[in-house]
Amino acid sequence: MKPVSKLGLWIGAFIVGFTLFLAIFAPLLVTHDPFAQDLSRRLIPPFWMDNGGLTHPLGTDQLGRDYLARLIYGARISMLIGILTMVASGLLGTAMGVIGGFYGGRIDDFVLFAITARLSIPLILVALAVVALVGSSLTVVVATLGLLLWDRFAVVARVATMQVRTLDFVAAAWAAGCSRSHILLREVLPNILSPLAVVATLEMALAILLEAALSFLGLGVPPPLPSWGLMIAEAKDYMFFSPWVIMVPGLSLAVLVFGINLLGDGLRDLLRTGRTT
Amino acid sequence: MVQFLLRRLLVALLVSVTVLTFAFALTRLSGDLAISIAGPNATANDIEVVRKAYGLDQPLITQFFSWIGRAMVGDFGQSYFYRERVSTLIFSRLPITLTLGLVGLGIAVSVALPLGVISALREGRPIDRVISLVALVGQAMPSFWLALVLMITLGLNLGWLPISGTGTWQHFVMPGIVLSFSAIPALLRLTRSGMIDAMAADYIRTARAKGLSRMSIVLKHAARNAAMPVVSIAAVQLGFMLGGSIVIETVFALHGVGFLAWESISKNDFPTVQAVVLLLAVIYTLLTLGADLLNALLDPRLRAQ
Repeated sequence: MKPVSKLGLWIGAFIVGFTLFLAIFAPLLVTHDPFAQDLSRRLIPPFWMDNGGLTHPLGTDQLGRDYLARLIYGARISMLIGILTMVASGLLGTAMGVIGGFYGGRIDDFVLFAITARLSIPLILVALAVVALVGSSLTVVVATLGLLLWDRFAVVARVATMQVRTLDFVAAAWAAGCSRSHILLREVLPNILSPLAVVATLEMALAILLEAALSFLGLGVPPPLPSWGLMIAEAKDYMFFSPWVIMVPGLSLAVLVFGINLLGDGLRDLLRTGRTT
Repeated sequence: MVQFLLRRLLVALLVSVTVLTFAFALTRLSGDLAISIAGPNATANDIEVVRKAYGLDQPLITQFFSWIGRAMVGDFGQSYFYRERVSTLIFSRLPITLTLGLVGLGIAVSVALPLGVISALREGRPIDRVISLVALVGQAMPSFWLALVLMITLGLNLGWLPISGTGTWQHFVMPGIVLSFSAIPALLRLTRSGMIDAMAADYIRTARAKGLSRMSIVLKHAARNAAMPVVSIAAVQLGFMLGGSIVIETVFALHGVGFLAWESISKNDFPTVQAVVLLLAVIYTLLTLGADLLNALLDPRLRAQ
């Protein structure tokens, strides 16, 4: 059982690491400007099809822009949104969960209520409405998703804090006269980080999928930015004649999210076995 | 039990009030609503007319309480775009979204339950791995992309199903499949872990000792106990699916509430957006409330608390 789950972890780590590499070094990796249009070279198929060539390995889109260059720059947007949203919602959710779990009573009731209320709010609809009202930009998308995706962090941090706060080392810290903030930040927080790491991968995957959906519906990151979701939306009219125009960005999204989820599952198994031994 | 019910009801009520406030605040994000409604070519005079007509010249607090008061009795005002009552508009679209949600849930349950049971019975074996892997792949596919891929394959290449619209039951199959993908992984995992726990329970050992057939043990004893949490999660998932149907309805041009919401968002039709946000939140709250009640009814251990 073990070697296989480890394998998943490694495959996941490789996919995420590779995408991160593409995202960071995008300008050095592309041979074409991802924004340069050339209407005389529209919808060239990728290299494995007839009429395809190696000048544009993944072909060109409906405006003659190099698909590989746009795909690599698109990795930037997905990773940026995924990581920033994860950090923003992680900070917010963890803070709420830890405070609720640590103090209990009325404060905890409030945190629980906030989680319940948040879950009842339709995610995509509200995100779409906010972006439509405030205007579409990367910052708005990250802020909106960050403010919406904290619930799972809060749920997990709250339960983990409740378990940790009754343990001996916390009691010892109290007895040693440590301040409340010291106990929260130095004793409780480090001990609940491992379950939160698993949540972080889940939320990152969710944020990437949501950004793609928002951009697909025209209310995510604005054109001409090469978001994978936007690439699918722009290419949609041509998909019945040249299916690869939606296959390339769609598969990239699926592979990245699959990798993040594999990483998360692998982490969960690793932490679980780590705890029992 | 009564206390549990009352507490649950109170929370549901408070959540509804919070969402009312939230839906109101949401539409005030843009700053001046009158400018947005009047459109880009409006003169200052037009904007003033709009402001008066929609009561936007009133103080914010007056607007807020009048919105709450009217929303409580189901009056969400006039749609800016359709020139129709928002409540009429929504209720004419609701059947399509509910049909889609139920078809999606039906597909999800009929895929997730058997696979989850098989996975649990073959825990750690290759078939269990393959099922987990398939669930993971399914979870990774963006719904709108899956929708387009199905349109190309099932719709265009094979010609089995219509690509868009709502004429017949066949129109709901593809959107239903896409929607079910969002719920399958959660339902599958829960069934699997529930079945693993149930198969290890004492009453299964008793049933085995009595010499019952494996089939009867799995279906009558273990599956029934494993199904209980699945029922409540299925209700929650249905709530999420109704919210998520906005993307799928847009792709397949199904004119349900989700499509309406997307149209009204792109047309700055705020009363409709507010009403749909509120409606979906209330449906979700009612579904979770119902699931809790059902759980309490089915499980005597919960009732005693």
